[in-house]
Amino acid sequence: MKNVKRVDIIFGAYTQEKYKVFEQTLSKSSDQIISEVIESGLRGRGGAGFPTGLKWKYTAAEADPVKYVVCNADEGEPGTFKDREILTKVPRKVFSGMAICGKATGAKKGFLYLRGEYLYMLENLNKELDVFHEVAKKNNFDFTIEIVMGSGAYICGEESALFESIEGKRGEPRNKPPYPTVSGVFSKPTVINNVETFVNTLMIMRIGAKEFQKLGTTDSRGSKLFSVSGDTPIAGIYELELGMSLEDFVEEFGDGDTKAVQVGGASGFCVPRKKFKDTIIGFEGVPTGGSMMLFNSSRSMYNVLKNYVEFFEEESCGQCTPCRVGCQQLKKGIEAVKKGDKSAAYLNTLQKLADTMKVASKCGLGQSVANSFYSIVDNFKEEMIY
Amino acid sequence: MANTVNLKIDGIDVSVEAGKTVLDAAKELNIHIPTLCYHEDLCVAGNCRVCVVEQEGARNLVASCAMPAQEGMVINTNTLKVRNARKHIVELLLSEHNADCTKCYKNKNCELQDLASDLVQTEQLYIDLVEEKEYTKDQQSPSIIKDDSRCIRCQRCVRTCNELQHVSALGVAYKGDHMKISTFFENPMYDVVCTNCGQCINRCPTGALIEKNYIDQVWDAIHDPEKHVIVQTAPATRIALGEDLGMEPGEIVTGKMAASLRKLGFDSVLDTDFTADLTIMEEGTELLTRLKKALVDGDTSVKVPMFTSCSPGWIKFIEHQYPEYLDNLSTCKSPQQMFGALAKTYYAQKKNLDPSKIVSVSIMPCTAKKFEAARPEMRDSGYQDVDLGITTRELAVMIKQAGMDFETLPDEGFDSLMGESTGAAVIFGATGGVMEAALRTAYELVTGREVPFENLDITPVRGMEGVREASIKLEGLLPDWSFLEGVELKTAVAHGLTNAHQIMEAIKKGEASYHFVEVMGCPGGCIGGGGQPIPTTPEIRKKRAEAIYREDSGMKIRKSHENPEIQQIYKEFLGEPLGHKSHELLHTHYTKRKRH
Repeated sequence: MKNVKRVDIIFGAYTQEKYKVFEQTLSKSSDQIISEVIESGLRGRGGAGFPTGLKWKYTAAEADPVKYVVCNADEGEPGTFKDREILTKVPRKVFSGMAICGKATGAKKGFLYLRGEYLYMLENLNKELDVFHEVAKKNNFDFTIEIVMGSGAYICGEESALFESIEGKRGEPRNKPPYPTVSGVFSKPTVINNVETFVNTLMIMRIGAKEFQKLGTTDSRGSKLFSVSGDTPIAGIYELELGMSLEDFVEEFGDGDTKAVQVGGASGFCVPRKKFKDTIIGFEGVPTGGSMMLFNSSRSMYNVLKNYVEFFEEESCGQCTPCRVGCQQLKKGIEAVKKGDKSAAYLNTLQKLADTMKVASKCGLGQSVANSFYSIVDNFKEEMIY
Repeated sequence: MANTVNLKIDGIDVSVEAGKTVLDAAKELNIHIPTLCYHEDLCVAGNCRVCVVEQEGARNLVASCAMPAQEGMVINTNTLKVRNARKHIVELLLSEHNADCTKCYKNKNCELQDLASDLVQTEQLYIDLVEEKEYTKDQQSPSIIKDDSRCIRCQRCVRTCNELQHVSALGVAYKGDHMKISTFFENPMYDVVCTNCGQCINRCPTGALIEKNYIDQVWDAIHDPEKHVIVQTAPATRIALGEDLGMEPGEIVTGKMAASLRKLGFDSVLDTDFTADLTIMEEGTELLTRLKKALVDGDTSVKVPMFTSCSPGWIKFIEHQYPEYLDNLSTCKSPQQMFGALAKTYYAQKKNLDPSKIVSVSIMPCTAKKFEAARPEMRDSGYQDVDLGITTRELAVMIKQAGMDFETLPDEGFDSLMGESTGAAVIFGATGGVMEAALRTAYELVTGREVPFENLDITPVRGMEGVREASIKLEGLLPDWSFLEGVELKTAVAHGLTNAHQIMEAIKKGEASYHFVEVMGCPGGCIGGGGQPIPTTPEIRKKRAEAIYREDSGMKIRKSHENPEIQQIYKEFLGEPLGHKSHELLHTHYTKRKRH
């Protein structure tokens, strides 16, 4: 287990001139880039943690001459606001990472799918994009990026719903397989990564896989941006080495009265105080796309859960039964138990329902509702009933 | 074998063709996996999740309808996890569903009801959500009722409307708990691009989409002593009605249907097949006249290709989506409307009936016929030509209400005058049938010889391919038609509106040049019509089509122009095809409609 260690890589100022690393990387072969990313052990920073290098490798191996690179900037997970910071401060690093992915996979076109609420950034992003396109052109590198605006649906952060949205359709998740590396946006082989992941790949090109590996643990290499919010005196965005214990994290960021931490946003897990010590922040423990919400003893965990369930009830795309109706039932159910219309035993019925939602929902949204539901109901049962 | 994959389901090895799903593979083994959003005619949605199964090594359950069978896969369909999930899912659907089954038109023909009876044996597990939902019920369309309280959001209707029919009147609106099936700007169905084809009804697993039924109005008319109730039956009803009355798809019940109608109390039991023959006379003549004007006289106001106009779903489709081609439509009314116009004129005169006392009822495989009957231009008899259009399904309900044992009814014939028909008329019920019937007559008219196909079966226009083409060389013509000597008559047939769209696009782009195009709005033609018994599958439609062609080959007369009652009506009433009287009663015009 690691201690809390602040690092400054993602926003760290370049010692060299802008786009230098990107330009240097263009001289590398596709295999070299992919091997380097695989060796680094980098796993996707959006939350799911799929090995990035493998994603690139699978896409590169596809025979289709048309491929795409998609940057998922639909940052919508409650409590997550780190991509906003990246896109505001260092958009060139995102574009560079996407272009390097294009170099590695053979894609000539990238889409950056920008959260609807980030419309205000568009002008600045486009300005930087002009610069990027100039640089690419100067280097005779055929890769263009288009920014596509989201329209405010959380579900469009799910990769296949995001593809549908880019294609101009209703944002609904697709059946998998096929996976994006085989059939993604416009049914072409596609790499889709989170904003931070693309920045990380650029960092790996700069410092090398070996250096990147020095941070973090075997399962969770590198550092990660955390969006810290809730009952903390120092809310904000922090880049920390992966693999610390939650206890250390709370020590650093808590207000001295932390009762629980919601790790990974509404779709993540709620960890109660008694488990802080044994909980590792990382893929071997509790993974997170960056959201860390701290709750002190003044908070009602019933209200916290109800807020999450209401969020999912509204943000489910509505196509699949377990998620659409399950969310409504979870909300109604905890309300009924709280009011006394249903006995406490009904919580067991709801937990079984959450089990079904986890295993039978079509996409990650419905599958992950059970995470917060289970972890909050299990650990704070009294608060649910009384 | 490179193209097969081997997997194991419930411990049994099975090999299937690559590309098949786990559900397909389970079917091979006769392992029943329940489904709901899955439909053979549609693309896979995988959204109801009822068909989930356990795949060894997978974290979550997988939807068997959407999961491709893969080499070495191990699937279990009967585990605690699977059974729990299915039960929960059906319970969830029920909690959102107005499960007032005895008040539902689809009672006893509902896939959700079947699943509930198979999988749910306890008291209601979850909280009822129906009360607070504020569901809406759209009953404004003359053809279709959309009741959101019975909708389970499987999107079969959306896929039908979009994939099969290229209409997209139905779509998904809102998200989460508010997600629902809706229309453009949530306008009522009558006020959007809906063609009233009713294909959504055929595929709705519950009672969310049903036809607007006129059963009580028909009963009222029958029991009104003042009224003389005439009934006509469309070609495709006689090979499908039995399905709703306990018989197998593909059974021909023409005689029993006539008997049942008489027992129900209709005063005249007549046949739309008669006006199908009449349509051939009018439409065939119109085609030849158009060809002469276009090919010989160089009259550019005459549009070729000519499109058939029998299918009211197709008519409304072209009015919305290709209004620039309205002049290409044959001006012939559909057989239903020709019949209606003649019932209150010719038939009334001959039988000495007061047309104001006639109630004209049609039994149709179609829901669009209800809209067609109500078109303002369909009043050439001086009255509404067809008063009530009901579906094959509605007739089956009436037969049940009357307590008849349909299967044991004796075979009876139709009443005379407008009851006689030919094999050419009955094949109107299958895709390609109008084309075949028209060619049988038109070819003979211009050459004096029968069509050069064995047994008059023009097989190139038959079948279930979405678009079929056939051409026939006109040689050795009679002197009157010598201007067509050597012309290769090019025809095409399309069924289902997506195929119609495809043909229209080809014509628009100049990629296809036809003289005559038959379009039927529904897959398979009228045999697969929106008013036919539910369910519908490719297999069922195939059996119905085979029955249609069996009925044709069993008919004494198989060419429309040889129908003695047709010869009689021209002699005694109409004069000649496209004559003055025909124009007045049998032809119509079309209306440009909005695109949204």
